[in-house]
Amino acid sequence: MPQNPFFWWAGLLAALLLAPLLLGVINKTKACFVGRQGPSLLQPYYNLHKLFRRGCIRTTVSCGPLAWAPGIELSALLLAVLFLPYANQLSPFAFAGDAFFFAYLLGLGRFALIIGALDTGSSFEGMGASREVQFSALTEGALFAVIGFLAFASRSLNLSEMLSCPLPSNIPTVIAAVILAAGIAFIIMLVENCRVPFDDPETHLELTMIHEAMILDYSGPDLGFILYSAALKLWLMTALVVLMLLPGDLAPPGVLFILHLLGIFLGGVVIGAIEAVSARFRFLKLPQFLLGALCTALIALALTVIGTGGGLQ
Amino acid sequence: MNELLNLILGALLVLNLLLVSASRLRHCIKLVAIQGVLLGLLPLACAHPADGHTWQFLLVMFLSLIIKGGLLPYLLLYTTRRINVRRELEPVVGYSLSLLIILALTGGAFWLGSVVPTAVAHGASPLVLPAALSTISTGLFLMVTRRKAITQVMGFLIFENGVSIFGTGMMIHNGLLVELGLLLDIFALVFIMGIAVFNINRSFRHIDTHSLNALGD
Repeated sequence: MPQNPFFWWAGLLAALLLAPLLLGVINKTKACFVGRQGPSLLQPYYNLHKLFRRGCIRTTVSCGPLAWAPGIELSALLLAVLFLPYANQLSPFAFAGDAFFFAYLLGLGRFALIIGALDTGSSFEGMGASREVQFSALTEGALFAVIGFLAFASRSLNLSEMLSCPLPSNIPTVIAAVILAAGIAFIIMLVENCRVPFDDPETHLELTMIHEAMILDYSGPDLGFILYSAALKLWLMTALVVLMLLPGDLAPPGVLFILHLLGIFLGGVVIGAIEAVSARFRFLKLPQFLLGALCTALIALALTVIGTGGGLQ
Repeated sequence: MNELLNLILGALLVLNLLLVSASRLRHCIKLVAIQGVLLGLLPLACAHPADGHTWQFLLVMFLSLIIKGGLLPYLLLYTTRRINVRRELEPVVGYSLSLLIILALTGGAFWLGSVVPTAVAHGASPLVLPAALSTISTGLFLMVTRRKAITQVMGFLIFENGVSIFGTGMMIHNGLLVELGLLLDIFALVFIMGIAVFNINRSFRHIDTHSLNALGD
């Protein structure tokens, strides 16, 4: 598999610059589906620009975490961005076991937001934080089952190698397993980023919010940081799904780079379409659904294990 | 190794999870129909010896597609409509716990699949045995833990689908003949059960099988 570090850096730059555009694509698709014109594709950039020019008001009852949370979340995500193999090029920062580092950087960002939300003492934010923790505890299991599957299929603990290796030919059931695991990764992406069947990013009722309830007290640059990190997280998780589906030996790096970007925006269109045509699940249904996702991810893992000739010996 | 076959078997494994977590009767019946269709497509994906029996495979495929994918689900739907059954299932074991139990049973099926040597020796896909055993146990589990008479029919149907997965996937010699016989049996059974459920409903005004425990002779 030919390597060209230039395309990795281009992919990193694309992630940092185009992440809000993905949100724009989702909103535009949603608007098209319901027959509206919708906001401009660049609207998320305008919003961020507006927020960064504003002053920042913080509640006086806070003892600190409220102010740190956005910074911690943004820095955790900016670190996590360094570990994905964009366009199937190995990341220069990769090390053995960075898959776990990646997963827990996302976890750290979430933890900072939760602590910040609890710090305000608002009951809505406490409720949102509680829900966020409950659902993310369930998705984390599924995420690690998927990582386990990738590690087993690629015989590597390195996120870059896991996602950029060609389809392992020694596993007969690999296509079924990859499709299953990528489907689960897509569901994890929807849950982690609060997209529609699990959470509604546009709800205006605090009682039904999950993620939005946690950021009610933020304003100005703080809110801008959080929104930008959310966009970055959406980009990262979509890229993860796309990378799982694109084997590394498919095409030369330049073509892969284009396929990578197209895949991510196609992912945005799919998310927008799902949001336009479906309603969110009942809260009571969610844990059961997430448990199902975990079970399916474990089946994908079992498919790989059985394919290698039976057994973990 | 045959990719299409593995895809179908993987889908059947996931379908089992969906079946135990489905809470609405109609949804459950639709899932059984999908299972029937996948099962019907299974012979198409199997690599079978070129000995001029192709038409037999095609015949069984079409028959099971029509009967298991269309006719039986339609009969079940028709019965639910006729007897005005409550749309929600009333499980004895909760959905999340059911999922975990099925996961454990599937794990056991995978373990058995790796222990039993015939799978590899036969040249069949290593997934056939786990998928078949998992479907069989799902069927049995649904029969035990769902209280409506109609879900017990469904459980039996799923159980029989599991047996067919085993027969088709393992390419058992003369399996097709057995398959046809089974198909006839199951068709008759669902027909009779449909009538029985209808009669139970008429005498008791519900189809909760728990009340049948107290019957004396």
